[in-house]
Amino acid sequence: MNSLTSLLGWVDERFPLTKLWKEHLSEYYAPKNFNFWYFFGSLALLALVIQIVSGIFLAMNYKPDAGLAFYSVEYIMRDVEWGWLIRYIHSTGASMFFAVIYLHMFRGLIYGSYRKPRELVWIFGMLIYLALMAESFMGYLLPWGQLSYWGAQVIVNLFSAIPFIGPDLSLWIRGDYVISDATLNRFFAFHVVAVPLVLIGLVVAHIIALHEVGSNNPDGIEIKKHKDPKTGLPLDGIPFHPYYTVKDIVGVIVFLMVFSAILFFKPDMGGYFLEYANFVPADTMQTPQHIGALWYFNPFYAILRATPPMFGSPLPGVIAMGAAVMVFFFLPWLDRGAVKSIRYRGTIYKVAVGLFVISFISLGILGAQVPNPLYTILSQIFGVIYFAFFLLMPWYTKIDKCKPVPERVTG
Amino acid sequence: MSQNEVDRSKRRFLIAATTAVGGVAAVATVIPFVASMLPSQRAKAGGAPVEVDISKIEPGMILNVEWRGKPVWIVNRTKDMLDLLSKHDDRLVDPKSEVMQQPEYAKNATRSIKPEFLVAVGVCTHLGCSPTFRKEVGPADLGADWPGGFFCPCHGSKFDLAARVFQGVPAPTNLVIPPHKYLSDSRILIGDDSKGA
Repeated sequence: MNSLTSLLGWVDERFPLTKLWKEHLSEYYAPKNFNFWYFFGSLALLALVIQIVSGIFLAMNYKPDAGLAFYSVEYIMRDVEWGWLIRYIHSTGASMFFAVIYLHMFRGLIYGSYRKPRELVWIFGMLIYLALMAESFMGYLLPWGQLSYWGAQVIVNLFSAIPFIGPDLSLWIRGDYVISDATLNRFFAFHVVAVPLVLIGLVVAHIIALHEVGSNNPDGIEIKKHKDPKTGLPLDGIPFHPYYTVKDIVGVIVFLMVFSAILFFKPDMGGYFLEYANFVPADTMQTPQHIGALWYFNPFYAILRATPPMFGSPLPGVIAMGAAVMVFFFLPWLDRGAVKSIRYRGTIYKVAVGLFVISFISLGILGAQVPNPLYTILSQIFGVIYFAFFLLMPWYTKIDKCKPVPERVTG
Repeated sequence: MSQNEVDRSKRRFLIAATTAVGGVAAVATVIPFVASMLPSQRAKAGGAPVEVDISKIEPGMILNVEWRGKPVWIVNRTKDMLDLLSKHDDRLVDPKSEVMQQPEYAKNATRSIKPEFLVAVGVCTHLGCSPTFRKEVGPADLGADWPGGFFCPCHGSKFDLAARVFQGVPAPTNLVIPPHKYLSDSRILIGDDSKGA
């Protein structure tokens, strides 16, 4: 026995290192028919690591002070060695994170990965998405540009629309009567400490829950139903390591190619990843001409804007926007389909998913435009389709004519 | 009772009592942390009144001053502007200023102490953006019936030159008129309207 194995033995008697390695990697059996959609889970983990690492180094030079914040970001961009790269990694990484998360969620949607017994995997995932939205919103205030300031002003004021407690709640969030130094400082604390801690905890819970029930697959059938009678291992399963770790490296390389192309050639992505109005320091006396949300919030922003006020209160819009996000939580119980995967669903479901994708993307495009009456009506139409996809799901998934599901995984 | 027997009711009582006392302590510990996020004493003191010299504002012009971190507009309205104010009552949400968005002494046709000087908080009552001063009558983008006023670029709310909201826009109420008083003909104090010295 060489010294390395004996060291491992020493550790294993005190900490379940080998046990953990086996449980989660070398003896975690995943279905053998994963396709490219299954890259996005591990890519999301990579995006989280990129954000944490680049964020740590940004925090070394950033100053969470209303008088200094904007110029400390400029300092990072111009004077800190490689500061521009680290900052662009963080800003590009934020958008890439959301792109990957949306694709990851879409995978779950079409293959029914939220269905029994994976409801908690889905719910932990949704909590990660909510934490990510909070992380992104608070991080966006930190450069203290015009859109940082006025975007935060609008979003925090949304809380004022909540009856009774609203005005006090938004005062408590801001710590001042307007967005100010106090707000900036606390958003910094949440952005760099509190929310990342919550995020990491939720990611661990997401993976533990997944590894407890096992991964779904493009056929939407359980590989645990067919086990080798001798070994007790699923016949259609292969160990995550080395098979999927190696496969994921391919995904990582393609992801990093796209990431680098944006990072080095178009870090502002034509105003979508970094908005031009945010290159102007926050001016508390002057609202910019057009306030847009970041691209990944635009579908919800479009729903907020398209919902008419009631009794002079923007509350209906706030409720509609909140509901548009929260409705995802109920997906496991809204879907009454006989099968999980879109491969064996009938025409009705496929049309419904198609309409949903079209309305989600259209809302995203409409949310980025300067509002006009035509766009408002279009947003309302797509908003109704968006909600109909979820709220009518118990009926249309039930009456849909599904195809027979194979016993074992295919291709 | 023998020494080895467990007194279950005593154990239940102790568990309940410890949980209750511990729970109260845990809740009490949360209070300072939650309260620390409320506006600090300094933020509250930041609401001190602001004194402004209004003699330099030409007729038809606007002065932006900062009060409690918010923009406050002082507009020197011309005779023409004041004449137009009463012409569009039917298009306003609250032409008579019934909603108390202003001190009692500004609840009048011009929403001001002296007719020509409008003093208003330049924060949209919709979601807190600051509307733009658009004094020209009937510009192409706002329509021929635009009597001059304020236009919010965020969500398109419109206000007239008395900071009253037009119908059919997201903002629910007129803009806020802050408490203010004249110290002399050329100086006003924003944020304080107390009588006497």
